[in-house]
Amino acid sequence: MSPSTEIRQFLRQQQTRRVFLGRASQGLGALALGSILQPRLLQAAATRAVQGAVNPLHFPAKARRVIWLSMAGGPSHLETFDPKPKLVEMHGKPMPESFTQGKQIAQLQGQKLVCYGPQLPFKRFGKAGVELCELFTQLGSVSDDICWVRSMTSEAINHDPAHMFMNTGSQIAGRPSMGSWVTYGLGSEAENLPGFVVLTSLGRGGQNQPIAARQWAPGMLPSRFQGVHLRGKGDPVMYLTTPPGVTREGQHEVVRTINDLNRQHDAVVDDPEIATRIAQYEMAFQMQASVPELMDTASEPASIQSLYGCKPGDGSFASNCLLARRLAERGVRFIQLYHKDWDHHGEVKQGVEFKAAEIDRACMALITDLKQRDMLKDTLIVWAGEFGRTPMSQGGSGRDHHNAGFTIWMCGGGIRPGMIYGATDELGYSAVDSPVDVHDIHATLLRQLGIDHTRLSVKFQGLDVRLTGIAGRVIQDII
Amino acid sequence: MKARASRTVSRWVLIAALGCGPMIVGAAPVSAAAGPVQFNRDIRPILSEHCFSCHGPDVQKMKGGLRLDRREEALKPAKSGKKAIVPGDAGGSELVLRLLSTDAEELMPPPEAHKPLKPEQKAMLQRWIAEGAAYQGHWAYQPIVRPVLPPGGEGEGGIDRWVGARLETAGLKAATEADRRTLARRLSLDLTGLPATPEMVATFEADTAPGAYERMVDRLMATPQYGERMAIAWLDVVRFADTIGYHSDTPRNIWPYRDYVIRSFNNNKPFDQFTREQLAGDLFPNPTMEERVASGFNRLLLTTEEGGAQEKDYESRYLTDRVRAVGTVWMGQTIGCAQCHDHKFDPISARDFYAMGAFFADVKEAIIGRREDGMLVPTEPQARELTRLTHEAERLKGQFEGPHPKLESAFGRWRQERLEALHSDSLWTATAPTSADSTGGATLTVRDDRSVLVGGQKPDTDSTVVRFAALPERVVGVRVEVLPDKSLPSQGPGRAGNGNFVLTEVVARVVRDGAPARDVAFESAWASHEQTVSADKNPYGKWSAASVIDHDARGTFAGWAILPEAGKPSQLRLRLKEPLTLASGERLEIELQQKHGHGHHTLGCFRLGVATDPAAVVPPTVPLPNADLADRLKVDPSARTPEQSAKLWSEFKAVAPELADLRAQRTAADKARADFEGTIPRTLVTERSEKPRTVRVLPRGNWLIETGEIMEPAIPAQFRPASRAVSDRRLNRLDLADWLVSPENPLTARVVVNRFWRQFFGTGLSKVLDDFGAQGEPPRHPELLDWLAVEFRESGWDVKHLVRLMVTSRTYRQSSNASRELLARDPENRELARQGRWRIEAEMVRDSALQVSGLLVPRIGGPSVRPYQPDGYWENLNFPQRGYDASSGGDQYRRGLYTWWQRSYVHPSMLAFDAATREECAAERNRSNIPQQALVLLNDPSFVEAARSFAARILRESAGDDTARLTWAWRQALSRTPLDSELSALRRLLETQRSAFAKDLDAASQFTRTGKAPTPAGLDPVQWAAWTDVARALLNLHETITRS
Repeated sequence: MSPSTEIRQFLRQQQTRRVFLGRASQGLGALALGSILQPRLLQAAATRAVQGAVNPLHFPAKARRVIWLSMAGGPSHLETFDPKPKLVEMHGKPMPESFTQGKQIAQLQGQKLVCYGPQLPFKRFGKAGVELCELFTQLGSVSDDICWVRSMTSEAINHDPAHMFMNTGSQIAGRPSMGSWVTYGLGSEAENLPGFVVLTSLGRGGQNQPIAARQWAPGMLPSRFQGVHLRGKGDPVMYLTTPPGVTREGQHEVVRTINDLNRQHDAVVDDPEIATRIAQYEMAFQMQASVPELMDTASEPASIQSLYGCKPGDGSFASNCLLARRLAERGVRFIQLYHKDWDHHGEVKQGVEFKAAEIDRACMALITDLKQRDMLKDTLIVWAGEFGRTPMSQGGSGRDHHNAGFTIWMCGGGIRPGMIYGATDELGYSAVDSPVDVHDIHATLLRQLGIDHTRLSVKFQGLDVRLTGIAGRVIQDII
Repeated sequence: MKARASRTVSRWVLIAALGCGPMIVGAAPVSAAAGPVQFNRDIRPILSEHCFSCHGPDVQKMKGGLRLDRREEALKPAKSGKKAIVPGDAGGSELVLRLLSTDAEELMPPPEAHKPLKPEQKAMLQRWIAEGAAYQGHWAYQPIVRPVLPPGGEGEGGIDRWVGARLETAGLKAATEADRRTLARRLSLDLTGLPATPEMVATFEADTAPGAYERMVDRLMATPQYGERMAIAWLDVVRFADTIGYHSDTPRNIWPYRDYVIRSFNNNKPFDQFTREQLAGDLFPNPTMEERVASGFNRLLLTTEEGGAQEKDYESRYLTDRVRAVGTVWMGQTIGCAQCHDHKFDPISARDFYAMGAFFADVKEAIIGRREDGMLVPTEPQARELTRLTHEAERLKGQFEGPHPKLESAFGRWRQERLEALHSDSLWTATAPTSADSTGGATLTVRDDRSVLVGGQKPDTDSTVVRFAALPERVVGVRVEVLPDKSLPSQGPGRAGNGNFVLTEVVARVVRDGAPARDVAFESAWASHEQTVSADKNPYGKWSAASVIDHDARGTFAGWAILPEAGKPSQLRLRLKEPLTLASGERLEIELQQKHGHGHHTLGCFRLGVATDPAAVVPPTVPLPNADLADRLKVDPSARTPEQSAKLWSEFKAVAPELADLRAQRTAADKARADFEGTIPRTLVTERSEKPRTVRVLPRGNWLIETGEIMEPAIPAQFRPASRAVSDRRLNRLDLADWLVSPENPLTARVVVNRFWRQFFGTGLSKVLDDFGAQGEPPRHPELLDWLAVEFRESGWDVKHLVRLMVTSRTYRQSSNASRELLARDPENRELARQGRWRIEAEMVRDSALQVSGLLVPRIGGPSVRPYQPDGYWENLNFPQRGYDASSGGDQYRRGLYTWWQRSYVHPSMLAFDAATREECAAERNRSNIPQQALVLLNDPSFVEAARSFAARILRESAGDDTARLTWAWRQALSRTPLDSELSALRRLLETQRSAFAKDLDAASQFTRTGKAPTPAGLDPVQWAAWTDVARALLNLHETITRS
C-alpha cells in the first residue's frame, strides 16, 4: 500500500468513524494536506475531539453536555416546587373566572372549577431559602446549586403533543428531537457510544403514560443523530448480543471476513460507502463490548451506589441517574432520562409522595456526583415535565393537565445557581412574571452549548427548520 | 418561518430618504455561466432563498412595500419611492445598491437574517437586471406541453436523447452498458424488490436473440412481486400504518388498503383512476368494494384516543394532516406552511389552505377516540356464506316477531302475574323519618318525597340510623328503596365510584326513653335485584338480600349490592317475625349498616317504607315491572294503542317459556352470523357525512380562535382553472381528484414521474421530491421531465408504460462504475453519465435474506405480520400495555412490506435501515449507513435464522468440495462468481469456525437452532454451524444489500 493510499484510507476511516458518532469531517481536507508531511498530525487527529456542524462555535461554550430529566406525565408544581399559600386559603372555593378565561383546559372541560389547596407542606431550603415541598429534603440540600424556573409554559396540553413540543419545538411529528439537534450541531466526544442516549424508568403509581420513539427521533436530520434507547432489560441496544452459541472470537472472525470481503469489493468498484460500511462494522463490534461495560454499574464503589440509593440493574430512575453520569464521563453529548408516572389526575398527594421517594435522592446524587468530579460546571441538567397541573381539583383528589404555568429547574452548565426565575399568579395558574416558553428553554440550552439558536438549521421542504421555529429567546437573567 | 428583526421594516424607506446609497464602481463581474441569464434557473433560487421571506408572496409580512416574486410589483417604486429594479440599469436599481452596501444598516439581506449572498450571486443578480430583468413563470406552474425531441441515434428514446444532449454540452460520455448479471440483479431489485436468482441470470445470459432485455423486463413486471415492490414507496408517501399514531398508538383495521395498492400496481390501474378512487371512491355512483377500500386513503392520518384531548384541537390537526398529504402526494407543494400565514415562497394563501381542508370536512369520523371497525371486506365465498347466515337469522327473526295467536292465553297470564306484583308494591307506604344520623359524619337530607340524600363527608364505611316516632298499627314489613340521584357518582344509588353500595346489615329496635331497647326480628328478606357479578369472594355467592339479616354471621364483607343496576332504583323488603305496633312514647330505630368499605360502598339515596298488609311481604313470583312497563300493563286490553300492544307483546315474548326454543334458535343463528362476520377482515373507509364540519380560517393556526372566515372547498387560487365556471354546488373530494389529474393541473404528472425516476435512477430529476415550489430545485433536465409527464398523461396514466420507458432506456442500462474523474466532476450523478448505486430499502434487505435462505413465503397480501422483535421493545406503549407475539408458521417469513407498522415503535430492524415511521407523508427515505445496520444483520434472529437456513441449503443442495460449495453459495447471494481472493477469505472463515465449533458441540447446535423454522434432520452440527457463519458473512456483505 502506498503512503498516499494509506492516508486516504485513514482519512476515510476517520470520517466514517465519525458518522455514527455524529462528528462532522470538518477541517480534514486541510489536515490531510499537512499530514502527508507530518504524520504525527494524523495521530493527533485520531484523539482530538471533533466538532459538529457548528464549527467554530458561535459563542464560547459554557456547557459541553446535557442531561435532561423528563418527568413524564406532568408533575404538579403545586405539590413540588411552587408554594401557593393563597391557594390554601381558596381550597374548596370556585376558581375565579378571571384566572381561567380563554385558556385551554383538558379533562376538566365544561366542569365546575374548584380550587384545590396544595396537599403537601413546604419549607425553606439552603442559603437562598428557596421554598420547596418538604418531601424534597435531598434536593433541598443542593438547592443552592439549582435555578428554579417557576414561570414555564407550553402550547400543548395532552401528553403526546406536549412531549413532542418539549422535545422538538413543534407539535407536528417528524421534527428532530433536541438531542439530535445538539449532536448534529456539536458532534460527540464518545468513542464507542452514540452521541444521544435515552433511558426510561417507570414509577410505582401505575400512571405510566406511553412514550413514543419519535420523542428521540432525528426527524429530517441524518439517521445517525437519532437517540439510542439504552434499555434496562434485555439487550441495552437492539441486537447488541451475539447469537446464541457464538463467542466473541467467533463473531470477530465473521466481522473480519465481512470487512475483508468488503475491502476487496471496494478495490473493484471504488465506492466510498464501502469504507463507511467497514467502519460501522468495527464500531458495532466495539459497541458489543463497550455498552455492556457501560451498563455494568456493579463496578461502582459502594459509596457511590449508596449516594444514589440504587442497586445495579434495578432499572430505577436512580440507576439511570448513575448511568447518566457514566455516559457523561464517556463523552455522550445528550443524555435524556424519562421517568414516568407523574400523571396525577387522582390522588395527587400520594402520587407526589411516591415520586419524591423515587427521584429526590437520585437528583441530589447526580448533582453531587458531577460536582465532586468537577463536571457540573460543564454539564447542563434540566428537570422538566411536559406540562404542570391545574390549581383546580379533579375528582376531589387530583389535578388535571395544565400548560399556562408550571415549574422546571436547571442546574450546572453555566446556569446561575440558587436563584428563582419567574413566578405564577397567586393561585399558581398562569405564569405572570417573566413567562418562559419551550423555545426559550431551547434557545438558552443551545446558548450554553455555544450555539446561536437562530443559526442552527437544516433545509427541509424549502424551509430552514430550527429547533426554536421562528421564536425563542435566550433567558439572559439565568445565565 | 425565519426570524427577522423588525427594524428592517423601515430601512428601505430610511435609506432612500437620505439618498446616499453606495456607489457602484465598474461593471458587474461577468458570470461563469454561458448564455443569457434564465430567471428560473439562475435568479429565482437566489430570490427565494434570500429575499422572498420579506419580499415575497406573504403580503402580511411584506417589508418596505416591496414584492420581488412578481415582475410588475418588483418594478414599481417601493414605499420609499425608490425602484428596486430598473430593467437594463443595474447601477440605477436600488436592489443592487443594497446588495453591495458595506453599511450593515443598509445591506440586504440584513446580516441578522444569516443569509448573506455570495459574490457570484450578487453578480448574477446584476447581470440579470442589466439584461433586462426578465421573469419567467415558475417552472412547475407552467402548463405541461410535449417538448420537441432532440435528434438522437437509433433506438434512443426521449430519455436518452435529452440526457445525451446534456452530456454532450457538459463534455461527458455515457458509461457503457452494464454486464448482464448486473442488469439482471438491478432490474430484479428495482422491479420486484428481490435479488435475481442464479437461474434468472442464466436465462438472461443465454438469451442471445434481440429483445432479450425487454423480455426480461416484461417477465418481471408480470410477476405479482412487481406490485409489492411498487407499493413500498406509495405506502410511505400516503403514510400507511397499522396503528393510530398518537399517544396510545392502538391498532386500527386498514391492511386491505395496502393490498389494494399492491393490486392496483399489478393490474396497472391508470393513475388517474387510482387517484380518484383513493380521494373519493365513496363518492362514485354505487361504489364497488374496491373503490370503497381505496377511500381508506382519507383515514390514514394520525388520530388520538387520549383522554382530555380537545375536539377542536384535533379537528384542526386532522384537517392540516390531510391538506399536507394532498400537497405531498400529488402536488409537490408545501401547502402545510400556509396553515398559520400566507406561504412565504409560493403563491398559496392561508385561505387556500383552509379551502383545501374543507374538501375533507365531510369525512365521517370520531375526532377523539377509537376508530370504528370499518367496512367488511369479504372474499367471494365469504360473502356467499355471510348472506346465507344472514338469511337464516332473518328467517328466524321473522318467525319470532310474527303473530303468535296460540299464545294469547299465556300472554294474558303473564300480564296478570305482573299486575299482582305491582299490587304488592302498592301496599307499601313511604315513611318520612323523624330523624336520621350518619355515624360516619355524612350529611343526610330528608326530601319532600321522603327520600334521604347522603352528601358531605365521604367515609369509607358508615352506619345510618333512622328513627320513626309514629307508625301505623301492625306493621308487617320494612322496605328500603335505593334511588338514583344526579349528585351521586355514576348517578348512585351508592357513593362508590361506580354508583354501587353494600348494605351489610339492617338492625331494627324499638326504643323508649329510660327503658332498654328491644330488638325487632326479621323473618325473611327479598330484593328486586341481587348483584351476581364480582361475587367470587362473597360467601353467599352473590350480594344477597339474605345477608342483611344474618347478624353478620359470615362477616361484614357480605351484604346487598346492585350492580349492574347503578343509576336505577332497586328495593329490599324485610318481613318482620311479629307484627309491630308502637306504643305511646316508643320509637322505631332502623340502623342501615354499610361496613363493607373498599372505596366508599355506602348508600347515597334511599327511602324507607312500611306495610301492614301481609300480602305486601309475600315475595313476588315475577320481577317487579319498571314504571314504564307498569303503565302499559295497567291499560285495559280494549283501550291499548297498537304501539302499546306491540311493545307488551315483545316484552312478553322476550321471556315467554313457550318461545324458549325459538329464542335459542335465534340466539344461535345470530351468534353464528356474528361469529362468521368476525372472521371477515374489515377496513376503515371514507363515509360521507351529510353535514360537513364547518371549516374556518384559523388565525396563526390557533384553533381557540373561532371567528375566522368560513371556507368552502376550493382549489388554491393560483391553480384554479379559469375555464371552469364557478360552480353553484359545493365542490367535493371527487372534484379535487378530477382537478389533480386534469390537464389543467401542471403538478401531478411532474411530481409523480419525478418520484418514479428516483426509484430507478437514485435521485429525482428535481432532487427535492416534495417541494416543487420556489424553494425546491428546478429540474436538471426540464424538457425530459415534461416529456415523461406528457407520455404518462397521454398514455392514459399508464404506470407500466412509464416504468418501461425508464428501465429500457440506455441511460438506465449504463454501468454504475465511475471513474475518479467522473466522480469528482459529478459526485451526485446529476448528469447521468452512469447508473446510480445505493443500499436497498429496509423491506428489501429482509426480503433478500429470506429469498437466499429459501425461507421466503411469497404469499401476497393479508393481515400484517410480526417478525421476531426484541423483548420489551414496546414497554413504553400503554393504554393498554402490549406484548408482542412473533408470527408463527409461514407468516414469520413474509416480505418486509407486510411487517406490522406500529407508528410509535416501528420494527427496530426496519427502522435501522431507514424505514419511514409513516407519521407524516414521506416522499423519500434516508439512505444511511450506521452501526445499527451491522448489529441487525449480524445478530437479529431473523437474519441468523436466514443464515442457518441458507447454510442448510448449501449443505443439501450444493455438491463437491468446500470451494465448489462456496462458489455455489456466493452465486445464490450475489448472482455472480466469486474471485479467487474472495473464495479464499471465505474458506479461511469456514475452516476457522469449523475447528472452533468442533471443540464446542453445544454451541454449534444452539447456534443452528435459532428461530422457529423446522430444523432439517441429518446435518452435522459442526459443519452446519461453520457454514452458518459463512452464510452470515455473505448476507452481511455490502454488495448483498446494494443495488448497482
